[in-house]
Amino acid sequence: MSFDERLGSKEFTVPTCTRCKKTVWPPSEYCSRCFGKTEPRRGSPKARIIEFSKKNKGYYFCLVEVEESFRIIARSKQIPTVGKTVSITECKMDDGNHFFEIS
Amino acid sequence: MMPKVGIVAYGITPFSNEDKRIEDLLLDSVADLFLKNSWIDRDGINGVVISTNSNSKYLGPIVSEMAGIQPKVSVSIENLCSSGTNSLVSAYSYIASGLADMVLVAGAERPDSPGRILDWDHSRGEFKHPIFWGSLFTKSYKSRFAVSEEKLAAVPAKNHKQARSNPNSLSGKACSVKEILESRQITEDLRLLDCSRPCTGSASVVLASEKVIEDIPNEPVWITGIGQKTTSAGFTKSDSFHPIESTRHASNSALEMAKKDVKDIDVIELHDAFSVCEPMALESMGFSGYGESIGLIEELHQTDNFKVNPRGGLIGAGHPLGATGIAQTIEIVQQLNGRAGARQISDADTGLVHNMSAAATSSTVLVLER
Repeated sequence: MSFDERLGSKEFTVPTCTRCKKTVWPPSEYCSRCFGKTEPRRGSPKARIIEFSKKNKGYYFCLVEVEESFRIIARSKQIPTVGKTVSITECKMDDGNHFFEIS
Repeated sequence: MMPKVGIVAYGITPFSNEDKRIEDLLLDSVADLFLKNSWIDRDGINGVVISTNSNSKYLGPIVSEMAGIQPKVSVSIENLCSSGTNSLVSAYSYIASGLADMVLVAGAERPDSPGRILDWDHSRGEFKHPIFWGSLFTKSYKSRFAVSEEKLAAVPAKNHKQARSNPNSLSGKACSVKEILESRQITEDLRLLDCSRPCTGSASVVLASEKVIEDIPNEPVWITGIGQKTTSAGFTKSDSFHPIESTRHASNSALEMAKKDVKDIDVIELHDAFSVCEPMALESMGFSGYGESIGLIEELHQTDNFKVNPRGGLIGAGHPLGATGIAQTIEIVQQLNGRAGARQISDADTGLVHNMSAAATSSTVLVLER
């Protein structure tokens, strides 16, 4: 199963190189360092807020760092705080896009 | 020593929201170029490079046929918002390598260009529209350097004002800081007038070798420095927002190649996709200290000094992606040739073009001299 297919099943995985063990992000079949094949492992739900802004009259969108190694943009209903550790509470595929929510 | 390559002719048409086929748009500025430069022997053009994000195919040969050219090389270049300067660098390379003597570079875009969104970048999640990275850049810059929304509004106020002196700009009216601060809120950190707008546009240039230039009537502008850097494709890959690493590297390379310092640059066209991009780019290229360029921008605005983005930048002139880098370059050519009309910088000898793509993940910087 691909990363997208697993995310579609609400499973957050992180591709990891079978040869050099590097976390490969964005998700890819090949490692960007050694071109080894990647395999998914369960991703940590913990993330740190790097920066955020807010859609007009909507929710917050936050750049968050996961496992101190890669970053994604996630949605938040609460007022974010830069530097705060949060949890990924929902993940899915939404209209062809990755969707992450934090709280 | 690298062979010398110069820009010898240009054509450009007013940016608008006109609904027109990309093939016809490309020909608009190509026709303008050849009508204004009847001395050009089209049999001598042995390269045609097309800059666009359009999905239309085989545009190099199509434009060649429509313009009555039978080149050795005809290709299309796509690199999102910096397709234009990437096309110029390709044309330069064809000439510098000896594969071509004279190359036509034509760029065009429609407002509904597929280049507005980078679908591949899933790390942005559902936030793929440029306004989201623009908002995060803005929030970060404002908080790191204690810059208010009002201070930052000097950028669009200056650029919309300067665009009024550009007959090809999309924006026809000046905007006060008050109007900018009262314009529609897009996100918590961006207002409508902080944003450049995709539009319809077309711009073309002809590059030629030093040997060809010896025999032509036009005064050339030489491309003396080229710097390019790609740090990633995905927005979230960057370790920090400031400085813009791709811009810092590209600028250093271009200035080194031209044997110039930022103090030597008389006029700059830079990639102000959003208001915050102007101070970030100026600081990343070394035109001021970190967090200090807002003071410079305010001073330029208050003294009607058009040194930065004289044609109005992307915010004032409009942003037809594939034409943008070429239009920026034409502005610098006009400035160095003393043909920029009401927006002319006096005694401009050296100019710089800065063009970025995809949330500043790649940058191209050109140094031009007369």
